[in-house]
Amino acid sequence: MTVVTAFRILGRNRLRTGLTMLGVIIGVGAVIAMVSIGEGAKAAVRAQIASMGTNMLSIKPGTSSASGVRGGQGGAVTLTVADALDLKKKVPLLKEIAWVKKDVLQIVNGNRNWNGEVNGISPGYLTVRNWDLVSGGPITDADLDAEARVAVVGQTVVENLYDRGEEPLGSTIRLRNVAFTVIGVLAPKGHSAGGSDQDDIVFIPFTTAERKVLGTQFLGSVSGLYASAESQEELPEAVEAIQEVLRVRHRLQPEEPDDFTIKTQVELAKVREGTSQTLTLMLSAVAAVSLLVGGIGIMNILLVSVTERTREIGVRMAVGAKRRHILIQFLVEATTLSLLGGLFGILLGVFGAQATAAIAGWPTIISPDSVFLAFVFSLAVGLFFGLYPANKAARLNPIEALRYE
Amino acid sequence: MLGLNEPDAGFRFDLNTRDSGLHRAMGALIICEDVWKVYQLGDVEVQALRGVSLQIERGEFVAVMGASGSGKSTLMNLLGCLDRPTRGTYWLDGRDVGRASQDELAELRSREIGFVFQNFNLVPRTSALENAQLPLCYWGLPLREQRARAAAALARVGLSGRDQHYPSQLSGGQQQRVAIARALVSSPSILLADEPTGNLDTESSREIMEVLARLNREDGLTVLVVTHEAQIATYAAREIFVKDGQIVSDRVTAAAPAGRS
Repeated sequence: MTVVTAFRILGRNRLRTGLTMLGVIIGVGAVIAMVSIGEGAKAAVRAQIASMGTNMLSIKPGTSSASGVRGGQGGAVTLTVADALDLKKKVPLLKEIAWVKKDVLQIVNGNRNWNGEVNGISPGYLTVRNWDLVSGGPITDADLDAEARVAVVGQTVVENLYDRGEEPLGSTIRLRNVAFTVIGVLAPKGHSAGGSDQDDIVFIPFTTAERKVLGTQFLGSVSGLYASAESQEELPEAVEAIQEVLRVRHRLQPEEPDDFTIKTQVELAKVREGTSQTLTLMLSAVAAVSLLVGGIGIMNILLVSVTERTREIGVRMAVGAKRRHILIQFLVEATTLSLLGGLFGILLGVFGAQATAAIAGWPTIISPDSVFLAFVFSLAVGLFFGLYPANKAARLNPIEALRYE
Repeated sequence: MLGLNEPDAGFRFDLNTRDSGLHRAMGALIICEDVWKVYQLGDVEVQALRGVSLQIERGEFVAVMGASGSGKSTLMNLLGCLDRPTRGTYWLDGRDVGRASQDELAELRSREIGFVFQNFNLVPRTSALENAQLPLCYWGLPLREQRARAAAALARVGLSGRDQHYPSQLSGGQQQRVAIARALVSSPSILLADEPTGNLDTESSREIMEVLARLNREDGLTVLVVTHEAQIATYAAREIFVKDGQIVSDRVTAAAPAGRS
């Protein structure tokens, strides 16, 4: 009944009702749109990190130091295939370990060429680094044993060396004049966290790379090792175990620093998620302020309404309305305003998020949580800002209210 | 006609003797005994009512007269349960209003009292029907029953067919009749009209007073009209004069028709 009355009263002055609601509409809309943009960014970051493998760790050779001149990271050739095999045996925490040797080379297909990264890999590499194939098959142990001249190519390489519609599988590409048969095409992975194109890549068997393409200073030296643990939580323990094994293998004295570097994605993931979390919070805070302003708008208009309707309140009291009735009536009006505003605001927010996604190309995710929260929040805003005017109305003295001009 | 328009010393009663001594029948609708109303305006104490004693039976048609500032509005507010006396007792239909809480006062107004105001006090931009319905929405009646009772009340004051008109579309007399319908809709024990014709022309005033007289005559409704116009008071069967917060005259007059010329 009171709700019907509230609608009727709000309907008496549609323009004012609409303008009052607009504050809440914009507030709720902004919250929903901003949160969905923030959530979208967070999800994108999370997906990016997952594509790198969150339970993965990398081991790079350390710096070489000759006569006091120190080379850069990876400058030394201290890390070998033998290290990898030994780690596999001695560190049971590691689910898989793979090694890689990389260089940037010219890749040739017929009369076309392209400079891309060529990686000589062990078979486990694709699994550890979360690479999927869209067609063909992976590099196998047999390929390594045979030093087979087979290659798996990334999407960027395909785009640059093949015509649209041309089938890369089975074709021949040349690396330093060695002919390779393409046996697999990788699924696209996009840009890495650092911004480099991960799809600009060709994988060949490690042994083939070492002996026929890239060459080597020491047989078995690698550019890096990649290992995966069962879960992210096991990584710190795995890092310690690896450190222990490698220091023994490399005969390092206690005072000597490591001649290798172990990195996990955990810190990176934390920092990046933290950043997007901060972004979401900041955007929501700004949006919440506008919702607050909307609430003050409701309070303002209700106070005006209480003054305008003083006589009406007096009449209602004279015909038997208790203070409670008056209080509830104004509260219902306030919450009707804010809830209707909230509903329209949700529509606006969803529309805004989709428009942002379409126009700016940002990923947006409208979480049901944020919609529900915005709705509850707008209800709370109505109740909170309606309470003061409603109380003011309910406390009117009927005699004075009836005499009010 | 003679003597009806002005309080005459010859008609005065000794009110205190009359009320407390002779007519202390509990059956009366309204019994006031030595009622005081004192307001505190800053440092000044205003004695709006100074020991009013009064008794009104069911079915009476009473006019309360007095100059502005005489205390007749305060008396009206007290009788209408909008306020409680500072001192003294007021029984409405056997209930002690002075002891009622705010909510109980509201309940009494809702069930026992029908108000008609000088400036109609209709809710703007709201149809006549909904205006007449107003008291019932605090009863928790089904909407259909509310509408039926409101429509019946409007018909009783001769406004059937104007249910959906807004106050702004009605003449002053019609608006006041909507207000009377609103007062009737809860079937009150007493209808209190505070200067009901104060904002109306002579013709509309006559109409309104005839509606009130008819309700009193045909339905046995107790009607109390506050007015300062002697002409209006002639519709009533009893006149009470208030001056300086006290009742200075209370007399039964000749019945209405004679006064209408």
